[in-house]
Amino acid sequence: MDLSYSPEEQAFRAEVRAFLEASLTPEMADKVRQGHDTLTKEDIEHWHATLNARGWLAQNWPKEFGGAAWNAVQRHIFEEEAARANAPRIVPFGLSMLAPVLMKFGSKEQQDHYLPRILDGTDWWCQGYSEPGAGSDLASLKTKAVRDGDHYIVNGQKTWTTLGQHANWIFCLVRTDPDAKQQEGISFLLIDMDAPGIEVRPIILLDGTHEVNEVWFTDVKVPVENLVGEENKGWTYAKYLLTHERTNIAGVGFSQAGLDSVKRIAKAERANGKPLIQNPHFAARIAQVEIDLMALSTSNLRIVSKAAAGEAPGIEASMLKVKGTVIRQEINDLARRAVGPYALPFPSESVDGDNNPIGPDYAGPLAAQYFNYRKLSIFGGSNEVQRNIIAKTMMGGAGR
Amino acid sequence: MNFDLTEERQMLQDTLRRYLRDKYDTETRNTIIESDDGISAEIWAELAELGVIGALFTEEQGGFGGAGFDIAVVFEELGRAGVVEPFLDTAVLGGRLIAATGTDAQKEVVEQVITGGAHLALAHGEPVSRYDLTHVETTLTAEGDDIVLNGRKAVVVNAEAAGHLIVSARESGAVHEAEGISLVLVPADAAGLTMRGYPMLAGGRAAEVTLDDVRLPASARLGAAGQGWGPLSDTLALAHVALAAETLGAMDSATALTNEYLGTRQQFGRPIGTFQALQHRMADMLIELEQARSAVINAAGYLQSDTRTRDLNIAGARNLIARVGRLVAEESIQLHGGIAMTQEYELAHIAKRIVMTDHRFGDADYHLERFIELSAA
Repeated sequence: MDLSYSPEEQAFRAEVRAFLEASLTPEMADKVRQGHDTLTKEDIEHWHATLNARGWLAQNWPKEFGGAAWNAVQRHIFEEEAARANAPRIVPFGLSMLAPVLMKFGSKEQQDHYLPRILDGTDWWCQGYSEPGAGSDLASLKTKAVRDGDHYIVNGQKTWTTLGQHANWIFCLVRTDPDAKQQEGISFLLIDMDAPGIEVRPIILLDGTHEVNEVWFTDVKVPVENLVGEENKGWTYAKYLLTHERTNIAGVGFSQAGLDSVKRIAKAERANGKPLIQNPHFAARIAQVEIDLMALSTSNLRIVSKAAAGEAPGIEASMLKVKGTVIRQEINDLARRAVGPYALPFPSESVDGDNNPIGPDYAGPLAAQYFNYRKLSIFGGSNEVQRNIIAKTMMGGAGR
Repeated sequence: MNFDLTEERQMLQDTLRRYLRDKYDTETRNTIIESDDGISAEIWAELAELGVIGALFTEEQGGFGGAGFDIAVVFEELGRAGVVEPFLDTAVLGGRLIAATGTDAQKEVVEQVITGGAHLALAHGEPVSRYDLTHVETTLTAEGDDIVLNGRKAVVVNAEAAGHLIVSARESGAVHEAEGISLVLVPADAAGLTMRGYPMLAGGRAAEVTLDDVRLPASARLGAAGQGWGPLSDTLALAHVALAAETLGAMDSATALTNEYLGTRQQFGRPIGTFQALQHRMADMLIELEQARSAVINAAGYLQSDTRTRDLNIAGARNLIARVGRLVAEESIQLHGGIAMTQEYELAHIAKRIVMTDHRFGDADYHLERFIELSAA
């Protein structure tokens, strides 16, 4: 047992930190602090380009495809430093979700065409998985693709499509064999968002933000060469993709940054004439979540080390997802509590034309974020689905 | 013992519930929230007509109710429907405070409030006062026959719609002392009074209010100089009952919506409500909801008791409801899944109302501390 990072890993951390200090503008960091929805498409593209110029955008890609080929520990270090510096999150759909699928199951032509365009920002990908009737039960999806000569004709509806309003391509799970058993009739299709018959409709979330969409398909013609791998084998690819969606699933770096922020706020806020952080009840709430986060951080590193040694995480990823989201949500609850009555204003109105905040400058987005982050335990496989996976795997017959 | 509502209150509840069910759906409310005023004048007038505001005042104040259970009945229904109109601010905080302290001339405003013809706002909290309710830095200086106000008031709910603001100001004593706080009835158009208005996350509007040498005749005082805390804390007791009952009504809505959704939403070939893991969570919510209902009955029922008994029950109720409220809001969203995160679904608003109540006049921790303090006394 040795809890310390190796000298190489420490040097890597210093390199990442220096890069972030040099490349991340205070304006960008401030926007991230104010909530990710304040970032424009251009902001995100600019940050991707900055990382790409340094060779650090495609962190998990092999070198042959232009990636950084970092191992799990290096990726963890980067995530931690990026969260600490309030860097924008890398949009994962093309880079860490679609790309690994293309590398493993795509044709040479697909790899040569799409991968460079993901890297240089030509294409912005979104994910067409969930449907109104297929959430936790993803395999019940109904969007269908019917072969017609050199094309598939796609009809149906996807939903919860994150940042679909910015995307020019969508990778979709579609039903190609309606008679097969649920998971066996699904294919993985790449669809141009500019194709006739596609309509993107915004979904406004409860905090007033627009980050997810509905995507409707009416007789959309998709060339057959846009099929990834084999027809009716899409579920296998989807499952492979989901294992990649689960890297950094614990979100330790983001939670640590959130907790540090709550502590700063609790030092600035006053309750009954003293800093809030000295209030025994609030201090106990902070301590409780910090204790949980310290343990989670080590749990995460235990799994990260295994992954760096080449072992694929199994139910550990589900455990990290459940605990990580619960901790993150608790931190957001503390943040909204910390600002007292200044949690009440609507965040987009929290600064006026001259950039003067209504209350303390940190208060604006906190209550809205508390509500927005309820999504964490719902998306990417709800916490209930994760618990099912854990129970089924660990309990054998009794968990079925 | 009798836990039934009186016939009059039962009628009020039925009428109000029916009216709101017919007139106040999600879409109507979202339109109101997005409007410039954040209030529907039409719904306000119709509810006043139905006697909803009158029920919040005693007969000698010009109403026909005014007791703890009248307030609880009205606000439970307002909460159930997620009403964003400022009944708490105009009627309870504003109207009842003037009714308790005002001269006959000042009380004319109360008559207008009861008929739906006037709005009020309580300008009490300040930028650093948080939930410390005796913390008043705004100053009142007597100059001859005049009084002069200076200071800042924070998150003054309904300030822009109000014809008058009730401003708390320190006339003597140290910043934290209860003694020395005066109340003043300030016309919204008084020279030196400026506002920065904004919408709130869970609907309605508020403003930051600045008082810069606001000069008024001494007759603008509500009640005796420096003696404002007594009536203010009595009025806040009414507001706590209202807030607790409103949250109860909202929680009732949230659990009903969730129960219904569990019965209809199909995944894995069956309604998700057939999964025992979800059934148990639903059952826990329903258990806690009944605890909340009893806590509201405690707070409303002991409202006229001695101050310690009253405040102990209020602190207990608001602490319990803050805890249960968070559970119900979060679990209702989780059991629904993504749909509950969308603005056009009823639960999204209801959940926000539940949680944001925790930010008015004390959160769970504040009321816990208050309870500990009162228990030791």
